[in-house]
Amino acid sequence: MGAPKKSGGGGGGRVSVSEDSDELVRVPLQAILLADSFNTKFRPITLECPKVLLPLVNIPMINYTLTWLESAGVEDVFVFCCAHSKQVIDYLDKSGWLSQPNFSVTTIESHNSVSAGDALRLIYERNVIHGDFVLISGDTVSNMSLTQALAEHKERKKKDSNAVMTMVIKRSKTNPVIHQSRLGTDELFMAIDPDTKQLLYYEERTDLSKGILHLDNSLLADNPSLTLHHDKQDCYIDICSPEVLSLFTDNFDYQHLRRHFVKGLLVDDIMGYKIFVHEIHSNYAARIENFRSYDTVSRDIIQRWTYPMVPDVMNYGNTATKLERQGMYRASEISQSQSAVIGPFTVIGFGTKIGNNTKISDSVIGKGCKIGSNVCIKGCYIWDHVTIEDGCKLNHAIVCNEVTLKSGAILEPGVILSFKVVVGQEFVVPPYSYVSLLQQPVEEDSDEELEYADSTSVITSRVDKSDEEDASEVPETHISSVSELGMGGVGYIWQKCEGSQEEEWRHSVAPIPADKISEAMKTMEDDLELTHDGSILPPSGELIPDSNDSDEDNEDSRDDFFEREVEATFLRAVNENIQEDHLILEVNSLKLSCNKLTADCAGALFYAMMKYAVDTPHSSLDGLMQNVKAVLTKWKKALRSYLTDIDEQIEIILKFEEICLESAKEFTPLFTKILLYMYNEDIIEEDAILSWEDEKRDADEADKVFVNKAQDLIQWLKVAEEEDE
Amino acid sequence: MPDVQALVNDFVNQLKKRKIEGSQATAKQTAELLRSVISQQRVPHTNQAAALINAVRAVGEQLIAANPVELAVGNIVRRTLHIIREEDLSLATAAMAGLGLSVASDDEDDMERSDHPVLSAAAVAAAARSTLRPPSLQTLLEDMPDSAAVPHTSSSGGDSEGKSRSVDKGSRGRKLKHDVIEAVNELIQDISTCYEQIAEQAVEHIHQNEVILTLGSSKTVLEFLCAAKDKKRSFKVFVAEGAPRYQGHLLAKDLAARGLQTTVITDSAVFAMISRVNMVIVGAHAVMANGGVIAPVGLNMVALAAQRHAVPFVILAGSHKLCPLYPHNPEVLLNELRSPSELLDFGEFSDCMDSASGAGSLHIVNPTFDYVPPKLVSLFITDTGGHNPSYMYRLIADYYSADDLVVKGRPTTGS
Repeated sequence: MGAPKKSGGGGGGRVSVSEDSDELVRVPLQAILLADSFNTKFRPITLECPKVLLPLVNIPMINYTLTWLESAGVEDVFVFCCAHSKQVIDYLDKSGWLSQPNFSVTTIESHNSVSAGDALRLIYERNVIHGDFVLISGDTVSNMSLTQALAEHKERKKKDSNAVMTMVIKRSKTNPVIHQSRLGTDELFMAIDPDTKQLLYYEERTDLSKGILHLDNSLLADNPSLTLHHDKQDCYIDICSPEVLSLFTDNFDYQHLRRHFVKGLLVDDIMGYKIFVHEIHSNYAARIENFRSYDTVSRDIIQRWTYPMVPDVMNYGNTATKLERQGMYRASEISQSQSAVIGPFTVIGFGTKIGNNTKISDSVIGKGCKIGSNVCIKGCYIWDHVTIEDGCKLNHAIVCNEVTLKSGAILEPGVILSFKVVVGQEFVVPPYSYVSLLQQPVEEDSDEELEYADSTSVITSRVDKSDEEDASEVPETHISSVSELGMGGVGYIWQKCEGSQEEEWRHSVAPIPADKISEAMKTMEDDLELTHDGSILPPSGELIPDSNDSDEDNEDSRDDFFEREVEATFLRAVNENIQEDHLILEVNSLKLSCNKLTADCAGALFYAMMKYAVDTPHSSLDGLMQNVKAVLTKWKKALRSYLTDIDEQIEIILKFEEICLESAKEFTPLFTKILLYMYNEDIIEEDAILSWEDEKRDADEADKVFVNKAQDLIQWLKVAEEEDE
Repeated sequence: MPDVQALVNDFVNQLKKRKIEGSQATAKQTAELLRSVISQQRVPHTNQAAALINAVRAVGEQLIAANPVELAVGNIVRRTLHIIREEDLSLATAAMAGLGLSVASDDEDDMERSDHPVLSAAAVAAAARSTLRPPSLQTLLEDMPDSAAVPHTSSSGGDSEGKSRSVDKGSRGRKLKHDVIEAVNELIQDISTCYEQIAEQAVEHIHQNEVILTLGSSKTVLEFLCAAKDKKRSFKVFVAEGAPRYQGHLLAKDLAARGLQTTVITDSAVFAMISRVNMVIVGAHAVMANGGVIAPVGLNMVALAAQRHAVPFVILAGSHKLCPLYPHNPEVLLNELRSPSELLDFGEFSDCMDSASGAGSLHIVNPTFDYVPPKLVSLFITDTGGHNPSYMYRLIADYYSADDLVVKGRPTTGS
């Protein structure tokens, strides 16, 4: 910061504003790259190798992230390594990232961080971040340009110092049937202010069984407009102000970036920190969170959505890959039998040998693999130096480095074979199984922390040991596991835990089985039927006054609208103590605009009053009666102004009948009482009641329920009349 | 050397990330980079040209590998190699001629003798080359002293001694380097002025009230059309928009801003409009040795339409776009597939690409270039004038040495 100031001084008396902007420009853009996922989704592979070094289309993932950061103009990257930190640092050193001229990569090592929150707190203590920074995890693939997002972020920051973060989102439709995104993540719901792009609501997990989303009332009350999205994908690229780090330090219980931090900020209205979103359209960005997204992103790369981060452009080392017809990428020195068939959208690495009559489609094959004859590979990710003997069948599996498949072995969809596993002759690995040389870590009690922890220290030490004593340990496993992976097999098939069994197909590399889709389709249809029945309340939890749909179908919507408006007007009048005259004025204008009769106004207003009475808390029927009396007494004048005619009074009674029948059945026992009360209060005249009875005389028995109920009252009225005469 | 290496790495990085676009910019930057490579290269006492050639080759190989589809990089590397060879040759001949004319000075004699191994090798190679390659008019003229010098060199011999030898050699090395740098500067100059050179010829080709059709955007085409306009020609321009990048829109905007009567049409409307067109004028990505053209996607269709209606199809190309390779050469990468997002919106179609639910059947192909065979091209207008497609190999013989066609490896036999 010193240098620019000096040069500014040297230039003579400059205006302070220009100096400010000068300084803003000169702060190098920094980035924090979390080289640890802090979850266990990629086990068993991540027990032996950090997630960021897993090859994605034959290039370690972290290369995609670093390449993007470099091309996006970031100058200073702090790579936070936790699990397998040594491997990550060694790799970065070997691949030359640590010695780039205009792109400084610094590693920060930690062994006791178990979450992204811990990582950021540690970085805050180091005091290395001085300005806005990009927060990203090492498994993100993107080709977006940061310029615009950064400019927007800075602009907002200038206006409002509470705008601490800009999240990058991208449109991507979710699968409506099984409620998950292409990337295998849960459906994401976001509420965004369409004008300011402020993020107002972020919910990843919703109750799928009901399809109901609960929004806080204040959210709707405080914001003039908001749009609710469920087709947006969170790219996990965040542009943050330095405050974010101190926020993590202040709130030491923040662990997860989204679940705790983002939601925490959204809920907390004391500090008033704001998060904004930046949507990208033509660019690509996605994070690899689970095996499903590994598959999806690999395909996107092969189909060149991530251009220029595609295999034939990003050639690391000296093995150039060429793109051939139909999306076939081939590195050099491949020896392929004439009879082998290689389908479209495959990538084949350097020095791989492929035998006779082998069929490969939609797969990625690493370098130095030996594939025998009559092998069938479909939708698989085969890493480096894998040996596949004759007659194997592989279907949608991930096969790590140096695995051996003995002849005739079959991998069912969704299988993960970790490093150096040997599958025995003609052994069939069951679907969705995880196979590793390491035994499954013992299930520890479901402490909250564990969820985020990547391989804990216990496991790491065991890995190191196994690496060192490879020779001694392998035969041991060999003996114990003959039965598990067939003749000559080496490795353990992991037991699935209870919870994950049901979900395994969601996150696996294999396509979703057809029966699961049809199952989901069925439940969705059931849901739809339920909602059509009307037995489930609409999400707002409000009663919708659509009670007269049986009467006039054609005018239904108009009626609905009018009634709702009147109701809203009335409620406003009640809540804000508006004078009766004004209420009448407003209802009159509504009446004109909707082209309604006075009778309709009377009906609607009456309906609104009754509704209000029901909604006011009450404990018993007497309480309800009290409510009705109160509201009627208070707003008598307004109601009466619409009841000049006998027809209008009849309309009210009919309306009341309707309310009792349909929307608020609580009134049924009170029908006569309320009618009497209204008579006593001079809201309804006796003529009206009598003509109502007259009208109903010819109706069906079903319609006469209330007339019969009111029979006492009617009789009494008639007697009184006669007496008068 | 290290800072040159940094420059090279930087440029390689930019090429890799496709940050530099357009052959002219690439060509210019390549030439500038090679110039600094040459100026930084320490020249040994013997075999100076070979040292320079090897240095340029080593760098050139990296550059070509960084973006094999950008042929301009390779062209400039080969041009530079050719320049070194030519300068070396002409220096040798000059020295030889000097020797032949005045044998008075002992020093000169010494210098001549000590350079003998280098010189003779160069001269022999040059002689071999000139016999191998069919002589063009230019080389025929230039070769006159050259061929005379060769026997002279081989015949020269004698004792070698003298103190001033090293000094002279140093100056000679510097002379070679200096000349090469001068020549590279000229090349850079040529590249940056190629627009004007081409545009100068505009009036000869565009006539009053003609209708010109072009596709996509090319700076050369823009300058060409504007030059004709500036010379008071009035004509109409149809611009095909050039999907999917729609650069034609930008060209149309520029043309309209300069007062040309411009009409934008879709690419698919080209065939419908071609009967009203007098001439098609387009830019190219690269011109191959057989006269075939690598050009923005959609041009082959335009060329076919033009042929159908016997409309002249004219390609404008600076000489840096002239590539000595043939399109069937396995080293030539004819195309590059860019991101499908230029064609359609990812968000809108993301459900068609969901492989998990079995709907991953939507594939999108977005090629950048088309190949237009030479028989469809009527005329090339380069900065040296108009040429027939069948004349391309001739131009290439002038610009490139046959030894440089393959830039790979480090052959021990320099020149």
